[in-house]
Amino acid sequence: MPFLEVKNIETLYGLIYALRGVSLTVEKGTITAILGNNGAGKSTILKTAMGLIEDQPDKGTIEFMGKRIDGMHPELIVRMGISYVPEGREVFEELSVRENLLMGAYIRRERAPIKKDLDQIYGYFPVLKEREDQWAGTLSGGEQQMLAIGRALMNRPKLLFLDEPSLGLSPILVKEIFDIIRTVNEGGVTILLVEQNAWMALKIAHFGLILENGRFVMKGKSEELMEDKDVQEFYMGVRLEESAKGYRRWKRKKRWR
Amino acid sequence: MFLQLLISGLSFGSLYALIALAMVIIYKTSEVPNFSQGEMAMISTFVAYTLLGASGQSFTISFIGALIFAAILGVFLEFVFLRRAKDPNILSLILITLGFEMILYGFAGWKWGADQRDLPFPVSDFDIINLGPAVLSYLNIATLLITLILMFILFVFFKYSKVGIAMKATQQNAMAARINGIRTNRILSITWALSSLIGAVAGILLAPIATLDPNLMLDPLLKGFASAVLGGMTSLVGAALGGYILGIIENLFGGYVSIEFKSVVAFMIIVLVLCFKPSGLFARHYVRRV
Repeated sequence: MPFLEVKNIETLYGLIYALRGVSLTVEKGTITAILGNNGAGKSTILKTAMGLIEDQPDKGTIEFMGKRIDGMHPELIVRMGISYVPEGREVFEELSVRENLLMGAYIRRERAPIKKDLDQIYGYFPVLKEREDQWAGTLSGGEQQMLAIGRALMNRPKLLFLDEPSLGLSPILVKEIFDIIRTVNEGGVTILLVEQNAWMALKIAHFGLILENGRFVMKGKSEELMEDKDVQEFYMGVRLEESAKGYRRWKRKKRWR
Repeated sequence: MFLQLLISGLSFGSLYALIALAMVIIYKTSEVPNFSQGEMAMISTFVAYTLLGASGQSFTISFIGALIFAAILGVFLEFVFLRRAKDPNILSLILITLGFEMILYGFAGWKWGADQRDLPFPVSDFDIINLGPAVLSYLNIATLLITLILMFILFVFFKYSKVGIAMKATQQNAMAARINGIRTNRILSITWALSSLIGAVAGILLAPIATLDPNLMLDPLLKGFASAVLGGMTSLVGAALGGYILGIIENLFGGYVSIEFKSVVAFMIIVLVLCFKPSGLFARHYVRRV
């Protein structure tokens, strides 16, 4: 039984299809990356799975550890052990860093383990410890991203949804954050990652999926995807060699579009 | 004379502060100024009156009974009327609170009539202590103390309790609150209960000074609203300070300038604040970087 199984979901915003029959499985203990351009519907998959789009998915089912979660409210989905780091951080701007993290542990009761996890998060992101009493809104973008990830981890998730953790961050910060994501995964948290930065995402992921116009066009192990010529050209910015045979490029069949 | 005006200004001001606090707590969560706040407090005060008079309960029991009633009334309004609003915008929400205000006003008129009644209060307005040239009644002292205690409880609640912090979190970002497992609907109910309860305390403290009739809260509500605007509508500390400032300014104006125009001061303040500092005096709202 797969850990998370999304079967053929269709999500509409009003009358517009954002997802046209998307299926994917996430195996326990892995990092799975969903790649794709702007507007492909990557974030919509996570939002739908998290129950954040009302009355959606229109069709299809989502199962987490064998239980249906489609149509459930996010408050309940969180309690099943799924955490979500939303796109654009969405920290509580007028709460202190510490209070933000404690809100991440809202559904937990025991104090001692919460304290322990708080220290662990501060271990991952020492800068958050320094700014413990500052309002989250005064943090820089990168620090807010760390806070959002830390907050999601505070509820001890089994499965973590990450929506564009690299958005708007400097390359060094991106690397730092991806290192932490890998560490978190090694600590036993399964991760479903949505990214535009295909290079970074495939480097840490075990599996990758490529989404276009609300459909998956490719799936595979991340090493295979990284080798793939089309993926390299479209998502990783690798310019294929202009050779004497360059004029024959049209002959190489693109497998989608 | 000045000291006297100052002291009674503080005493009135603390009532305005309570009403302003009640309004701000709701405004921050539901983003609507609750114009039925006053009538909710008035009805709750009448409930205390009925428990005291008809049922002959002790003051403590009546007081607590009225507070429980107020909390339920707040939850009721939010759950039955506001939550049903489809595609709510500010204007329709304001109209809902105004409609509820009229329902309550009408109900009070029908149930208790327009007679002016006296709420027997255990602390008298006529027992006084002398404070230099000024006098301070026991009721003044009780009002000041109860208000300060209530504010302190609120401060601790919002600063240290899990529910209080969750309430602030919900106000700031409802989506983020939900994905952390906060049941935002329940938080909304708690907010309305809390706010209505604070309003009821103000009503009960006001009843012995004014007379208890359906018009009890008409004027104080507008003053409380003015205080909230003065304090910035989003800041609890601001609302409380706004209440005290308004109470003092109003009393000084009544004493030195014109007693007839005393009530106009509140509206002058609303106009001036909106003209010159629309964010209020004490709003230290974090400005989102774009």
